[in-house]
Amino acid sequence: MENIVQKINNLTIGFTSQKGEQISILKNISTSINKGETVGIVGESGSGKSTLALAMMGYVKHGLYTISGECLYHSNNLLDMNNRDLENIRGRKIAMIPQNAGQALTPNLKIGYQIDEALKLHTDFKKEDRDKKISELLNKVRLPSPEIMAQRYPHELSGGQQQRVAVAMALAGNPEILLLDEPTTGLDVTTQAHVLELLNVIAKDTGTSMVYVSHDLGAIARVSDRVIVMYSGEIVLDGPVRGILKNPIHPYTFGLLKSIPKLTSPGLPNSMSGSQPQPGIIKSGCSFFDRCNFAEDQCKSNTPDLEYLSDIKTSVRCFKYRDLINMKETKNDKIRSLNNNILENEILNISEVSITYAKQKFLEQLLNKTEDSNPTVKDINININKGETLALVGESGSGKSTILKSIAGLLKTKDGIIKFDKDIVLSNDLKKRDPANLRAIQLIFQNPDESLNPNHTVEEIVSQPLKLYFGLSGSELKQKIIEVLDKVRLGEFYLTRYPRQLSGGEKQRVAVARAFAAKPDIILCDEVTSALDVSVQAAVLNLLQELKEDFGTTYIFVSHDLAVVRAISDRVAVLYQGRLCEIGPSKHVYELPSHPYTEVLLGAVLEPDPDIKPKLVAEDIVEEKPPEQGCSFQGRCPRILGDICKKEVPPWQMGENGNSIRCHIKVDDLKKQQTIN
Amino acid sequence: MFLLVIKRIFLGLITLFIVSLITFVGVEILPGDACTTYLEREAYGAALEACYERLGLNIPSYERYISWALGVFQGDFGYSLSGEMKINDVLGPRVKNSMVLASASIFIGIPIALLLGIITALWRDKLPDIIISTITIFSMTIPEFISATLLILIVAIWLEWLPGIVIVPTGASISELLPNIILPVIAISMIMTAHMARMVRSSVIQVMASDYVQMAILKGVPYWKMVFKHVLPNALLPAINVVALTIAWLLGGVVVTEVVFNYPGLGRLVIESISNRDLPVVQALAIILASIYVTINLIADLMTLILNPRLKSLQIKK
Amino acid sequence: MENVEQKQKSIFQKVFEIIKTMASKPSGLIGLIILSFHVLLALTSPFYVPYDYKAIDPSLMLQAPSSEYWFGTDSLGRDVFTRTILGGRTALTVTFFGSLIALIWGGSLGIFCGLVGGKIDDVVMRIIDAFLSIPWILAMLLIVSLLGTTTIVLIPALGFFYGKGIVRVARAATHDVIAKDFIVSARARGHSNLSIIWNEILPNVRDAIMVEGAMRWSWMLLGFSSLSFLGFGVSPPTPDWGLMISNARGLMSFAYWAVLAPIFGLSSLIIGINLTADAFAKALGIDRSTKAPV
Repeated sequence: MENIVQKINNLTIGFTSQKGEQISILKNISTSINKGETVGIVGESGSGKSTLALAMMGYVKHGLYTISGECLYHSNNLLDMNNRDLENIRGRKIAMIPQNAGQALTPNLKIGYQIDEALKLHTDFKKEDRDKKISELLNKVRLPSPEIMAQRYPHELSGGQQQRVAVAMALAGNPEILLLDEPTTGLDVTTQAHVLELLNVIAKDTGTSMVYVSHDLGAIARVSDRVIVMYSGEIVLDGPVRGILKNPIHPYTFGLLKSIPKLTSPGLPNSMSGSQPQPGIIKSGCSFFDRCNFAEDQCKSNTPDLEYLSDIKTSVRCFKYRDLINMKETKNDKIRSLNNNILENEILNISEVSITYAKQKFLEQLLNKTEDSNPTVKDINININKGETLALVGESGSGKSTILKSIAGLLKTKDGIIKFDKDIVLSNDLKKRDPANLRAIQLIFQNPDESLNPNHTVEEIVSQPLKLYFGLSGSELKQKIIEVLDKVRLGEFYLTRYPRQLSGGEKQRVAVARAFAAKPDIILCDEVTSALDVSVQAAVLNLLQELKEDFGTTYIFVSHDLAVVRAISDRVAVLYQGRLCEIGPSKHVYELPSHPYTEVLLGAVLEPDPDIKPKLVAEDIVEEKPPEQGCSFQGRCPRILGDICKKEVPPWQMGENGNSIRCHIKVDDLKKQQTIN
Repeated sequence: MFLLVIKRIFLGLITLFIVSLITFVGVEILPGDACTTYLEREAYGAALEACYERLGLNIPSYERYISWALGVFQGDFGYSLSGEMKINDVLGPRVKNSMVLASASIFIGIPIALLLGIITALWRDKLPDIIISTITIFSMTIPEFISATLLILIVAIWLEWLPGIVIVPTGASISELLPNIILPVIAISMIMTAHMARMVRSSVIQVMASDYVQMAILKGVPYWKMVFKHVLPNALLPAINVVALTIAWLLGGVVVTEVVFNYPGLGRLVIESISNRDLPVVQALAIILASIYVTINLIADLMTLILNPRLKSLQIKK
Repeated sequence: MENVEQKQKSIFQKVFEIIKTMASKPSGLIGLIILSFHVLLALTSPFYVPYDYKAIDPSLMLQAPSSEYWFGTDSLGRDVFTRTILGGRTALTVTFFGSLIALIWGGSLGIFCGLVGGKIDDVVMRIIDAFLSIPWILAMLLIVSLLGTTTIVLIPALGFFYGKGIVRVARAATHDVIAKDFIVSARARGHSNLSIIWNEILPNVRDAIMVEGAMRWSWMLLGFSSLSFLGFGVSPPTPDWGLMISNARGLMSFAYWAVLAPIFGLSSLIIGINLTADAFAKALGIDRSTKAPV
């Protein structure tokens, strides 16, 4: 096999626990990478995918060590090579593009220096040639004005630009293999799509083999030829991308794909129970056994081997894959539609709300200067009906979380009124709000690690609202806590646990329980699923939906993920730079014609389907501040009309389907323009 | 950038102002005043009156503060009680002597601390680290007067290598001082060096675990180049401020060490003036020592500012 | 009632667990052993000292160690062994209560500053900084020389000067915690400020403050002994290591034992406290080696 550039044989990497046990992070990994091929390695956090990627560079993190197996680069084992030889391979033959370029670029060194360093190490260019090469590389990753860029420090660039610099640095040594460790995680939707397109172009141009590690099946679908699915340190599936994403023959991949919300199908995806086991817990049998719907007795005692099926060029680690091959027709059967009982009475009315982060300076106060005329969030008008789920969507800096905070009273509004239950005006000072109104509005946060007090037990956490609002105590309190926990499917034995002893999904359930314990009318959900693994996300979404159907709660759901929003919301409001762009029933917002920004967002969504390509209609520029006048989206709009967009704030127009669009372009024109592309 | 420097200097001056207030008010509210404490049992009648007159203690305290502070601002600390001589003349040679001692300790201590810190971090949990770390723990916990006493006992008395007590006049020249300060410098720099080495160690370890160092390794950067280009600049930057605080803390140790070695510096003056209840001198010493502290911290702040690209561009933006 | 009991039991369990973790490493175990030995000695030594610590006998001046006088005698003919085993009592008492005071006022002011932030925080920190810039030894000497060297003066004075560092640590810890979402969540629910401090903030800054207090203890001991050494600590004839070293120093070319015995006593106590504090910090997951000794 001349074609193989890297081959991994029976690789096991692990650590020694405090009790002296040897625990494997990677178990018996065998696979190979062909010349010019792009391989996606997909798995959830803790699946061992990053450890595998690092091992492919001969790097094992502090505390871990190779237990057995080898990692061959052209028949040299990288894992027992000395440092001198590794230095000649790293960066020159195999280069890495890291997960978080912002942290992976050395802060005290200029961009130009860091790229030059790689060139100096891995090429024979002279100084002038290297300078030329730096500009060339920065050009190649489409960074504007390369000469200026080379003189900048990493922190002076935006996240997308940092990631591009990392790509340029990796390309400097002209490597045979590029390893990408979650290269687009943490970037905005549109930036992510652009970086992926760039990587696709580079793969084609240079003929480099790429190994793309990610938790995101959408991104994997965009770039890879072949996919390796990892679960709990093992390869469970390995084969061509189309086959794996269209007809997954491993129960884990099957469940995972079903649990991902998709733009094209409304309603909540099926959820998977449980979560990935911690390393070292599973001693025998299949690691997916306890979450598997297809499991039999033999799965618990016998460990399945990776079996190669030559007809579909796929390897699978499962005893029951034949069942799955036969049931591919029923793949999309069980999507759950929303069943919200929306009442006609308005529960929350946000009118003319503006919020500013700029603090008035002492001097300005003295001089009685007029306040910030360009606030972070401006002119927000939204009505929410009882029982409805309204989603606020936008990229970072869109002001969606800011609005949520001022509804909760955590941030003072500059102008405007927020009314609750028709006629109760909510004070913009938290201390002046009535306790009953405070109880009525509860928050669930993005990251349960931050939102749960690490020094409180689950019992103490859930008891807080019960004690505060209902004055419960003693056995009555305990009874109620157990009741609430039961609603989020957590048993009584969780009472004495601390957050650190729970999995991500369980922690978020505790946060949900705490919010519902207050018997609120409205729950504000701030990116509640974005810190969770894909397979856990669907379960939390389903739980939220069930609870709201039981209690008739109203949700305001903030997210950057358009597919998640599509799944859970009745109505969507799209925000850019703190200004509303479009609002309407989610079904119609997701259809064209829509506001140019919505169009850009929708075009950038990555679906876990190799046949759906993103449409990139606008540049991914990062704007730091909303423009002083005119339309908020003028700087990036692909359909800009001209001066009118820069001078006048666009009017609200009714779309065809009951969605309102705030744009100078007539809806009919929008429709024509958007259907042509 | 320029504005920030001005701001730091301004804050330093405010600190000094507060220090002058604290020492002044402190001396005021404590029972007794300069005259009663100085004259002790003779503090009555004409002698007391004369003393009040001489020191101007019979005018309101705020006026006294203003005239004193103005004097200090111009570098005039007034007269001492005991010798009835100008405090400036008393301080001059003492400041010089202490500066010689302190700067010698700093210039020897910092490079050693850096070296030890880096070695222990790079060979973390290996033999060099275990040995050096154990030694630093011991040397950092032993008070100066113990290490100084032991040094005298071993080096001067048992081995008879160096003089144990400094016998030079207050106005001695630097070349006269140098052979005498070897033991004091060792005693002073032991604690400081150990502290700094430990700080440098943890800072380097932290940076070694960062994503960008991992990236540099994966880029194929040779080990020592990575250490010097990617690790040290980022690890030593935050250490600067901490080192400055350690140096400032060292001033206390200087006092004790000077007493042990009978060294004619500020430290001994502190003890002498306090034993003699010479409050004007004590006030002057407080201001001087505080200015040294403020200056060292200011230098550290400015160094961080100059070396940190992040802070630099932050200022340009704002 | 039952609930309360359960809770208390769990606190004891926690303390026990922490001590167990501390003792699991050799350095922590050694520290704990040395410290407990000194505490035990300080509590019990008056009951079994062989001689009177203040009995002066010129005929016994500067005797070398013998079977009768284990550590020899000092320049006044007093038994060095007696004085050495009694010499840590004042130091331990003063610094223990001093650290407690430092912990309480430093901790509460620090949490307060971290909470209110803004102008008040700025002003308070500026004043703290100013206090910090006067070398502690000068300030302590001044206070002691004017107010006397009784423990009533020493404990609060030391507590005050060594509390400054705790203010900084408590403030920084509070700053870190206060930005966390669980505080935001409690505020949004409408809990009172007091309940937020007590339930949400305190449990999260407690560890950092306690570790800082333990560190202060060893530094305070160092400071206190330096004062004694300079003649501004306890007054003679009370046996105290610092004072003993100072007195015996002049004659150490003839009678090194009179110096070495108290040096050994003091050094071992400081090392013991230090090792314990280090192990305590590690058991609570806090790295103390990045902190400056101010």
